[in-house]
Amino acid sequence: MKHKTFFWFVLPSALAMLLFIFLPMVSIVIQSLHVSHEQVIVEVESCGPFGCRQSTTIDQEATEALRAAKPLGQFAGLTTYLDRGHLAVNEVGQAWDASQSWRAFGASMLNLPFYKAMAFTLTFTFVVTPLVIIFGFLIAVAVNSATKVIRGQLIFVSLLPMMITPLVGALILFWMVDARGIVGSLLQDISGDPNLSIKASTPLMWIMLMVYGVWHSAPFAFIVYYAGLQTVNTETLEAAMIDGATRAQRIRYVVVPHLLPLTTFIALMQLMDNFRVFEPIISFSASAHATSLSWAIFNDLGGETRQLSSAAATSVLTVIGIIILLTPVLIRTWRDFGRK
Amino acid sequence: MASKAHQKPVPLTIFITVVLGVWVVLAAFPFLWTLWGSFKVEGDFFSKANWAAALTGELTQVETGGQFTGNGYYGAWVEEEFWRAAWNSALVCLFVVTISLTLGTLGGYALSRSPYKYAFWFLIIALVFRALPQITLVSGYLPVFFEFNMWGHLPTAIVVLIAINQPFTLWMLHSFFKNIPQDLDESAMVDGCNRFQAFRHVIVPVMWPGVITTGLFSFLLAYNDFAVTTLLLNQENQTMIPKIGSFLGTTQTKGNVMFAVSAVVSVTAPLFVMILVFQRQIVSGLTAGAVKG
Repeated sequence: MKHKTFFWFVLPSALAMLLFIFLPMVSIVIQSLHVSHEQVIVEVESCGPFGCRQSTTIDQEATEALRAAKPLGQFAGLTTYLDRGHLAVNEVGQAWDASQSWRAFGASMLNLPFYKAMAFTLTFTFVVTPLVIIFGFLIAVAVNSATKVIRGQLIFVSLLPMMITPLVGALILFWMVDARGIVGSLLQDISGDPNLSIKASTPLMWIMLMVYGVWHSAPFAFIVYYAGLQTVNTETLEAAMIDGATRAQRIRYVVVPHLLPLTTFIALMQLMDNFRVFEPIISFSASAHATSLSWAIFNDLGGETRQLSSAAATSVLTVIGIIILLTPVLIRTWRDFGRK
Repeated sequence: MASKAHQKPVPLTIFITVVLGVWVVLAAFPFLWTLWGSFKVEGDFFSKANWAAALTGELTQVETGGQFTGNGYYGAWVEEEFWRAAWNSALVCLFVVTISLTLGTLGGYALSRSPYKYAFWFLIIALVFRALPQITLVSGYLPVFFEFNMWGHLPTAIVVLIAINQPFTLWMLHSFFKNIPQDLDESAMVDGCNRFQAFRHVIVPVMWPGVITTGLFSFLLAYNDFAVTTLLLNQENQTMIPKIGSFLGTTQTKGNVMFAVSAVVSVTAPLFVMILVFQRQIVSGLTAGAVKG
């Protein structure tokens, strides 16, 4: 295809991505380096019958004018990144000096909003991703050995948790594990504690969010593995059988190597998706116990006072996190391409 | 077909049956339970005394005089004007799907036919864009949208969702077009078509399976979105998912949590039908990227 034709064909897409993905990225970097203007304060001398008094008032007009002239705010350098809401350099230093043990240091780190969000995001990502792969594989093997007649229905049912809107799916589970819901009461019966409430306990909330994560994503791994199992070479399997391989050995040496590239693919997609965990935290009203980076941005942007610089700084840090996660994949793709 | 060698030992069969049974319950039961519960009153679905009240519906009987009640649906759709959100969702989905497919087919086709290195880099950049959490983009939009008075309107959200959708659409359609033999459009060009005519007359008629599959996922992205639509739309232009989000804040305190339950069931129903009708396409779409590596 000629360069010129290629250019015209991809132009609309490229333009859309340039304007609404690339430029916003530039914009958050710039925003994160600025903070909004302080209000312009003027001193006025008001003279009355009892003499003159100095008072300070906010000059609304001048403030408006300044904001209109420089909508970005004033340049602040890296201060937003270093403040308490983000990397909290001073606080981390103090905690380091003050705490006697690693444990105490960790505890004081978890009081800082950014590290709290980071801790949950990373735990969620690296717990949910392997579990999704394991459960997806189990379900795929099970469905694959079910009778052909019911496979269609099984796949239909399995797709439900994945295709459902994340906010809605999380709500459905949340209502069930509510202290007054069916699973919640069951848990109270099992544990023998009538006041057991997931909403009130941080560890239970973390577990519940991860259970939701696995429930939501396992079908994706299942579908990919299931498709992979359809293309396992039966001749190789039979050859292995003739050579005396047991069932376990056949799975270990024929099926698993065949599915390995798929695992890389699933892991990559899951790492990307789990890193942006957000909706379940809203649905479970979990923010007191668990926050994620995406939630922190949402929290800054929503509400009455939109803290744009703070949100922008968290966004930049999140993007850096994503890039670190993606680097191995990008390097591999680059090498593969170089070999061709 | 099943030869003796393929037969499984009994413990394995039992294990597989158990896995399947547990999974089917885990996957389907929450939906059935919520559907059932949405026709009860709050006192039954969230019963302080006994969870089984949701089955027997004692309070529903007392409060409404019947075993089932549509009060939750009436409250959500009529009192809280959920129909408005449903209409907004329909508009957003319609425009996002048609426009992003139009852009995506053109781009995806070109990417699949270009032998040059820049096409590869284009795809890699799209992959990186795909990985960015959408909410990070939103914090980039807000100041600009406020500045130009674009905030709050449906078209703004539509344009943003189209753009966010592009990386995925391009990847998906790129791999579908790769599977359409290149000889097809090249022979049309030998016969005197230019590139666009070849695309229009030769490729377009055979591309529909791929386009439908990609369209399904574009639809899901637009329909399921929470972050973008919550932060970019004002109250009256809200789509369904942010509307449910706002139910959580306001109605839960008023004791109208059943509004939210009914709204959740209403949102799930179209997805249910979609999976029922397009199951095959969804499965092929999910595996398209993977199986080819």
